[in-house]
Amino acid sequence: MWTYLFRRIMIAIPTLFLVSVMVFSIQRLLPGDPALVLAGEERDPEVIAYIRSKYHLNDPLPVQYYYWMLRLLQGDLGESIRTKAPVTDVILQKLPVTIELAVLSMVIALAIALPAGVISAIRKESVFDYLANVLALSGLSIPNFWLGIMLILLVSVRLGWLPASGYVSPLEDLGENLRRMLMPAFVLGSGLAAALMRQTRSAMLEVLHSDYIRTARAKGLRERIVVYRHALRNALIPVVTLAGLQLGALLSGAVITEQVFTIPGFGKLIVDAVFNRDYPMVQGVVLFTATAYILVNLLVDLAYAWINPRIRLGGKG
Amino acid sequence: MGGRRWLVFLAFLLVVFAQGRTLRIGLAEDPDILDPDLGRTFVGRIVFASLCDKLFDITPDLKIVPQLATGYSWSDDGKTLTLSLRRGVKFHDGTTFDAEAVKFNLERSLTLPGSNRKSEVKPIESVGVVDPYTVRIHLKAPFSPLLAQLADRAGMMVSPKAARELGENFGRSPVCSGPYKFVERVAQDRIVLEKFQEYWNKDAFAFDRVVFLPIPDPSVRLANLQAGDLDLIERVAPTDLGAVRKDARLKVASAVGLGYQGITINESNPKPLGTPLAKDVRVREAFELSLDREAINQVVFNGEFVPGNQAVPPTSPWYIKELPMPKRDVAKARALLKEAGYDRVSFTLMVTNNPQAIQLGQVIQSMAKEAGFDIKLNAVEFATALDLQEAGKYDAFQIGWSGRIDPDGNIYIFHACGAALNETGYCDPKVDEYLNKARSTGDFAERYRYYKLAAERYLPDRHIIYLYHPKWFWAFTNKLSGFTPYPDGLIRLRGVTMK
Repeated sequence: MWTYLFRRIMIAIPTLFLVSVMVFSIQRLLPGDPALVLAGEERDPEVIAYIRSKYHLNDPLPVQYYYWMLRLLQGDLGESIRTKAPVTDVILQKLPVTIELAVLSMVIALAIALPAGVISAIRKESVFDYLANVLALSGLSIPNFWLGIMLILLVSVRLGWLPASGYVSPLEDLGENLRRMLMPAFVLGSGLAAALMRQTRSAMLEVLHSDYIRTARAKGLRERIVVYRHALRNALIPVVTLAGLQLGALLSGAVITEQVFTIPGFGKLIVDAVFNRDYPMVQGVVLFTATAYILVNLLVDLAYAWINPRIRLGGKG
Repeated sequence: MGGRRWLVFLAFLLVVFAQGRTLRIGLAEDPDILDPDLGRTFVGRIVFASLCDKLFDITPDLKIVPQLATGYSWSDDGKTLTLSLRRGVKFHDGTTFDAEAVKFNLERSLTLPGSNRKSEVKPIESVGVVDPYTVRIHLKAPFSPLLAQLADRAGMMVSPKAARELGENFGRSPVCSGPYKFVERVAQDRIVLEKFQEYWNKDAFAFDRVVFLPIPDPSVRLANLQAGDLDLIERVAPTDLGAVRKDARLKVASAVGLGYQGITINESNPKPLGTPLAKDVRVREAFELSLDREAINQVVFNGEFVPGNQAVPPTSPWYIKELPMPKRDVAKARALLKEAGYDRVSFTLMVTNNPQAIQLGQVIQSMAKEAGFDIKLNAVEFATALDLQEAGKYDAFQIGWSGRIDPDGNIYIFHACGAALNETGYCDPKVDEYLNKARSTGDFAERYRYYKLAAERYLPDRHIIYLYHPKWFWAFTNKLSGFTPYPDGLIRLRGVTMK
């Protein structure tokens, strides 16, 4: 177990290094000069020259990379060219928001997908199954921005039940926080639920046809126990894999949903940073979310062992 | 301890009661750094309007009026400006505003590394303190647009003590002397200001707190206003105005802006392009004649903006009435092309990749087609477009300018030889001469005459074809009253109240 963990962490280091090189260079392949964007409408040549020299924009790329790495290894992600705020501070400011939105969306997605998937599998080709499939298909095909704006118009503008958008910290007012997070989390969650539900359904169908389930039934176990204790647990492996990938993706920000509901998470941050050619911000956030992604995947692998004890990590166990 | 507890309780009560006196404003973008000398976005100026007082301000009809200065006088040679200053003004950190502070601020604008104000106050040679409430600004050469500059960010006064202590980080917790002081900022989420109790004119400001919330999507911004989560929003999309006007709970205000939108044509940046459009003024004239500015306004902007043919809108006193907007004339355009020796002319029009700019490009494309132009549209992301323009890698570019209070700010940098934003390569020493003369006098009639002489030369060259002037639209709850629209698009909260 520990050797396994250690090995995984060791593999993560070259991965992160590659990510850092990629985000650094791809960004600089983009046309557009941060100094021009940052010099504002006036584009005073002196200001442009100052920004170029201050952020080493005139230096060769490897030299620029070296300056960035030097600070990074000291735990400093640099400062935003646009607002001068330290990138680490901004990430820490947005991190709780992003995590909360990701987790809430995942909870909603699983709360919809698991029961719906299981019931569709048990009652294959029933009305419920068809209905759930139609809903799943709509969940997959309705774009988030459309669903988001429609929800705002209906729930906030027409009915006045929930605030239209914005974010309140849970430390400030937990109730208000949840009221504001509900719609965006639902929009994200419903989209994810569709894929999860389909995955649960097909995995359940496969498991329900396997020999040990027949044996379990033959032993005279109650159907509930067969389904939930024996079948679901095994069927969860592909579902957890998918949910893990989805959660990892959510942690890198939900660009469109954040825009629509003005949730100050990573998605909005990184899009604005790219458009403003705010190199240190883009690099910092991408590197951070890549780390988060690797971490979530590691946790998913650990979860396999917990769900299915037959899977032993690192050989020995 | 007991006293402390009471204070906390009182503060709590204050917070509770203050809820009703908070004004929530929806912004179209997240402002950049909140340092008047480094700031460069329009949206940042909206926040500054409540945070930082300036030496001068403007009236809705663009007259320059005192704010922190109480009066001014020019020397006869136009090279010295003497300002008398308001007494009893405090910065948010409790320090006193005086002549030394003005000197510090103007010198900061001139010398702070990366200062975006430097080019605006460049003509200043030195600043002298006459007495605690009088300063004298000495110029290298007469520069009449200076007052207008001091009515914008260059005239914003920050606390010298805070600026010295915070250095480059000043913009993260700005200290000025405006009616509201800085409380907190969460990037891309909110900027919170709170009433400054020692403000010299505090009774004119009704709200205890002002919260700015950047919400880039116009329909989401509007939905927030309709749902009651915002009280006031800026830059309502022209296409949403119909819905807003129908909503009895909302009110709309508008003002013609200071800026313009048009087509910038590359003639010789960095060297002569040699294309028909770049080298032959008749081709450019034909192109202009193929365009119907009224129709563009109707089709793309629901008729909400103001068509125009000059750097300032027709409503401005600086609009040259002797050079009115030409009507569309396809026959004449075709004849001009023929005269220039072309049957059809093709070129690429660069537009920024937002839906409205692309639609505008398509309308231009189809209008010009009838006159014999084959326009290829190239929709480019903004930062990339700037890069291409700066490098001279474009035929024509649909871009505009947000506008300045003084006409010099809309004209000089685009038309003077080698000026900072002259990306067309146009150069006419006569135009430079007139524009410089206009800078050197404060007399309206005389300045107008020079701007007319200059326009008579640069407008017919058509390296910039002006198309229209955007209007500012604000929408707010009908409980709000006293809102005054200003052509600079800023939100001034003096006299604004809520039922």
